[in-house]
Amino acid sequence: MSTSTLTGRAGAGPGSGPVVVTGLGVAAPNGLGAEEYWRAALAGRSGIAPITRFDPAGYSVRIAGQLDIEPKEHLPGRLLPQTDHMTRLALIAAEEALADAGADPEEMPAHAAGVVTAASGGGFEFGQRELEALWSKGGNHVSAYQSFAWFYPVNTGQVSIRHDLRGPGSALVAEQAGGLDAISKAARNVRGGTALMLAGGVDGSLCPWSLVCMTKSGRLSTVTDPDRAYLPFDAAASGHVPGEGGALLVLEARAAARERGARVLGEIAGYAATFDPRPGSGREPGLRRAIDLAFADARVTAADVDVVFADAVGVPDLDRIEAAVLAAVFGPRGVPVTAPKSLTGRLLGGGAPLDVASALLALRDGVIPPTAAAVDCAYADAIDLVTGEPREAALGTALVVARGYGGFNSALVVRR
Amino acid sequence: MPTTTFTMDDLTRLLRECAGEDDSIDLDGDIAAIAFEDLGYDSLALFNTVNRIERDYGIRLSDEIVAEVRTPGELLAEIAKHL
Amino acid sequence: MTGVGVVAPGGIGTKQYWELLTSGTTATRTISLFDATPFRSRIAAECDFDPIAAGLSRREIRRWDRTTQFAVVAAREALADSGAVGEMDPHRTGVMIGTACGMTQSLDREYAVVSDQGATWLVDEEHGVPYLYDYFLPSSMATEIAWMAEAEGPVGVVSTGCTSGIDVVGHAVDLVRDGMADVMVAGASDAAISPITVACFDAIKATSPRNDEPESASRPFDRTRNGFVLGEGAAVFVLEEYEHARRRGAHVYAEITGHASRCNAYSMTGLRSDGREMADAIGAALGQARLNPDDIDYVNAHGSATKQNDRHETAAFKLSLGPHAYDVPVSSIKSMIGHSLGAICSLEVAACALAIEHAVIPPTANLNEPDPECDLDFVPLVARERELGAVLSVASGFGGFQSAIVLTAPGRRAA
Repeated sequence: MSTSTLTGRAGAGPGSGPVVVTGLGVAAPNGLGAEEYWRAALAGRSGIAPITRFDPAGYSVRIAGQLDIEPKEHLPGRLLPQTDHMTRLALIAAEEALADAGADPEEMPAHAAGVVTAASGGGFEFGQRELEALWSKGGNHVSAYQSFAWFYPVNTGQVSIRHDLRGPGSALVAEQAGGLDAISKAARNVRGGTALMLAGGVDGSLCPWSLVCMTKSGRLSTVTDPDRAYLPFDAAASGHVPGEGGALLVLEARAAARERGARVLGEIAGYAATFDPRPGSGREPGLRRAIDLAFADARVTAADVDVVFADAVGVPDLDRIEAAVLAAVFGPRGVPVTAPKSLTGRLLGGGAPLDVASALLALRDGVIPPTAAAVDCAYADAIDLVTGEPREAALGTALVVARGYGGFNSALVVRR
Repeated sequence: MPTTTFTMDDLTRLLRECAGEDDSIDLDGDIAAIAFEDLGYDSLALFNTVNRIERDYGIRLSDEIVAEVRTPGELLAEIAKHL
Repeated sequence: MTGVGVVAPGGIGTKQYWELLTSGTTATRTISLFDATPFRSRIAAECDFDPIAAGLSRREIRRWDRTTQFAVVAAREALADSGAVGEMDPHRTGVMIGTACGMTQSLDREYAVVSDQGATWLVDEEHGVPYLYDYFLPSSMATEIAWMAEAEGPVGVVSTGCTSGIDVVGHAVDLVRDGMADVMVAGASDAAISPITVACFDAIKATSPRNDEPESASRPFDRTRNGFVLGEGAAVFVLEEYEHARRRGAHVYAEITGHASRCNAYSMTGLRSDGREMADAIGAALGQARLNPDDIDYVNAHGSATKQNDRHETAAFKLSLGPHAYDVPVSSIKSMIGHSLGAICSLEVAACALAIEHAVIPPTANLNEPDPECDLDFVPLVARERELGAVLSVASGFGGFQSAIVLTAPGRRAA
């Protein structure tokens, strides 16, 4: 295959035209299901609360965006002994997304549909249970399901089996940024001729062992007041809160979606990923370049962008960098910026796909969901942060920014 | 807790615990001759259940048992040989 | 592909690796990394890896899981081999690493510390080492390699279980083709010979219990095969846009001309007996490479030596390659270096590149009694000399993933 015939465009490739989103499935701490989540996001309702899944008293971090479900109400009993909580949430979101798109992969040709998800630590709570069995009782007490229930592509595998998705399958890991990478990879599959891709991430892990691992990032807030723990861009920013959930999107070629009469939520117009240089190298962080390259890929300029869904990590140094980059790209207060994740916590591989879902719903309804009301933006000269109340606006194009622990930057442009 | 009997009730109890059950299938009916596959149980479900039976009853079944037995009745007969 | 780096059982470095593979010697043995006495399968293909001799600092050894150590050492060799250092634009250089198990070994060990050997569900934060989040996230190894390679383009981890090592190369090639990078440092690493891994494969009886004969325990396509032998290792490549490599006069091992993956949507561990998804992946990869089945001169098989896999794979070859399946030499190097989960497919891609380079096909060791159901030319015991224009490598993994990749000899690609 000649290299010269392929372009760098995430949204539009040779022959297949733009890639569009025709379905959404959402599982978020402040709402299960896309519409319930969206109502909560617009109302500024938070899903951040004290951890109740286990007693967090002995830990430096005691609150989270916890999402509890009654699994039997949503999934066949046979799947329960073999799935971690985050996989159950992913299966629920996948079912919603396909139903929302009005698509039934079982009715499609054999290899016409696939799935790409973003992961982080895998099914960690399941893993902790099996590690406990191994170390306290012995190797013969480890579950036959452990061999995959913990591993990173478990959601891809389980979703593919449940919905007969026999096309391309993959899983990517780049902490928060991985969710955008997964959507881009799936868009590439659609451009390559796969009729339908499920893409995104549903992630998060709230068990004692994962919480201990996550605290070592040094980025989790130890503030115990749920309303004050995750205040991105605030002078009182103290890190962020872990959460669980995410979103899965149904991607198709626009022409194919039109042909089957599917409703189109928006187009995956452009994408880029960059990596930060080694700390102390004196070189510039990669965030600005990711945004510029995503714009070039989407063939848009900053002036075309109507809203930014920020990474908003809540770590002061990193918030400062992001605010400065957004001011440099758009001009000071040049575009509304928001961080609805301040109401859910950060969802690892699920966080950025949830932001993409929010962006698509914002485009649909002409309204920007707010950042948590408690946030008092310390960079008000640089960014126009939408806080407390939703803001109505004519929205055509949105930018979603995601950074992953370890130096990952990804940017995705969606448009109506 | 070693014991010398292993009944269909024991098997369905352990299948439920180790591998779950689907609402559409009645495990309490006469399932002895129904293929595990038709009951919604794949090889992993059987490995999990067989491993548990081996632990709880202190027996050692053949490595090939999961590949060889097709129905609950066959599994029960195989277990009986080892009790 | 302009650079190759390898950490493998039986040899650190590409040269030793190739000597092992072509001699037909096996590197499987009784597990020495921990006391495996209580387990059903107590054998593995371990790397004799001395991190100090491999050039890592004491600080790196203390912080990094063995998987990261392998990946960094293999990446260093690949970069040095490519001669590209100093000729790469950081903004146009990326890193993609595949892994199935990430930092499982460290997570297993450190879990035992914070839980008092599994005594408490509420594990102890105070006793957790500072590196736990780097162990939680397999992407931490991509970070280390990116920093080492001064890569500031697309960086990440591809994890698709036992097909990771092929899929990561395919993904990296896609990024180059899409114009997102000129150079990708890509490959896979796994070092998961650890109690939890051994226990979880014991639970599904996937690994060979031939503990008394570890050297001959991995028997792909043999009638007496009874499971795979766990392995560990890493292989990392420097992949460049063709003109970029040509301009700087780089030595080209091979071109990656096709890659495809499919899900079998059947079972997280089981395989459909007809091999249809693997066959479809092979067909798609050949299509991308614009090759016919007859053009394939060698097939590097998944050949894990489980009863199910080897039959499945034989069916897939017949379905996808037609009559040519009976003519083309097919071998499984897992017979020698075990099954290093996510890493193995990159080690196999390395073997394919070296096979093209040296015009030698590595054999399937321990194949003394061919299984009548696996009736292809599996190159038993002895390496074979042959000029190779195009080779195919395939993999099959938990999650239902089926992947195929085509490597073409430099200059041989279809117009």
